[in-house]
Amino acid sequence: MLLQILLLNLLNMTTMSFSLPNLPYAYDALEVSFDAQTMEIHHTKHHQAYVTNLNNAIAGTPAEGKSLEEILKTVDQYPVAVRNNGGGHWNHSLFWELLSPNASQAPEGALKSAIDAKWGSLDAFKEAFNKAAATRFGSGWAWLCVTPDGGLDICSTANQDNPLMPGVGCSGRPILGLDVWEHAYYLRYQNKRPDYIAAFWRVLDWKAVETKYNEARK
Amino acid sequence: MNIQLPALKYAKDALQPVLSEKTLEFHHGKHHQAYVDNLNKLIPGTEFEHMSLEEIIVKAPLGPIFNNAAQVWNHTFYFEALTAPGSCTTKPCDCYAKQWGSFEAFQEAFNKAAAGVFGSGWAWLVKTPEGALQIIGESNAGNPLRQGLKPIFCFDVWEHAYYLDYQNRRPEYLSKLWDALDWSVINARC
Repeated sequence: MLLQILLLNLLNMTTMSFSLPNLPYAYDALEVSFDAQTMEIHHTKHHQAYVTNLNNAIAGTPAEGKSLEEILKTVDQYPVAVRNNGGGHWNHSLFWELLSPNASQAPEGALKSAIDAKWGSLDAFKEAFNKAAATRFGSGWAWLCVTPDGGLDICSTANQDNPLMPGVGCSGRPILGLDVWEHAYYLRYQNKRPDYIAAFWRVLDWKAVETKYNEARK
Repeated sequence: MNIQLPALKYAKDALQPVLSEKTLEFHHGKHHQAYVDNLNKLIPGTEFEHMSLEEIIVKAPLGPIFNNAAQVWNHTFYFEALTAPGSCTTKPCDCYAKQWGSFEAFQEAFNKAAAGVFGSGWAWLVKTPEGALQIIGESNAGNPLRQGLKPIFCFDVWEHAYYLDYQNRRPEYLSKLWDALDWSVINARC
């Protein structure tokens, strides 16, 4: 009986709380753009802290047991720690999935057509995205989103907010996100955020963005 | 008015081991300089062109002019109150112990506020119009002059202020920074 309770508790803990996803590549795999020390601290310290703080913030609240996206869509109902750490967990989880040491360098198919239709070319899209990322003052993220009407849009949000949250100035489902917190680039690029942004495109896997695009349009 | 970058009153390696020479090179030579340069590009031909930094901070709408003006001011204020670690012979005034019970309790409250600023920003010790001391956190370029409060000192908690030396360990940066404060400067502001 005691063992059963223990096992049940363990099961509850594993199903009710959020955990740090493993990276699908080694910390030094993206060295062409991001150094191993930055990757390791970013994943094991910053992202882990968001996960730990999120679990602490939701424990014993109505958010416990809900999916992260459910929480973010109604994030105004919760204390600000849920917003900051829930956003931090979601944003970083997406970011890691989009990076690859063998990154496809350009979109294909429906995503390529949609980008060309909206911005004219991939280069013009990148220029607009780079501007959103470079001009975000302070900590935040730049996004490419699938908007509620199925179109594409670029925007940026402060700190760990994202377009799934209501009232952040842009809405939609992010399919591409770039972290422009200084912790994402300071060890290698220091004050040169534009150099970090340029380096990001070398490890952005457009195949992964296409997968997100197709999921978002389902 | 052409805004100038104020020179540091100490060498760039003078704040070691609290802050490295490399951190000072970037923080003063690149970040602070960039805010000065940006502001000088933004204000010509605007109503802010001939205003003091303080006037711009109070009057400018939230946006690039405010951000850069406040960041010029905030960094000048931050760097002015630092000195070689352990070299300050002036003691903090007893105002902290009076209000918080002890100087250590004040430090703890200040560090907590500074650690709690989410994202880029500043922790400030300010004086209210009634003469009370108050600890506040501000995001990004936030500056207490805008709320009619008198700044006494500030800790920069943008990651660029500490990342080369402390990475994600902001609390360690905060606890060490106290060793590099110049209380003769800070007491004179009270």
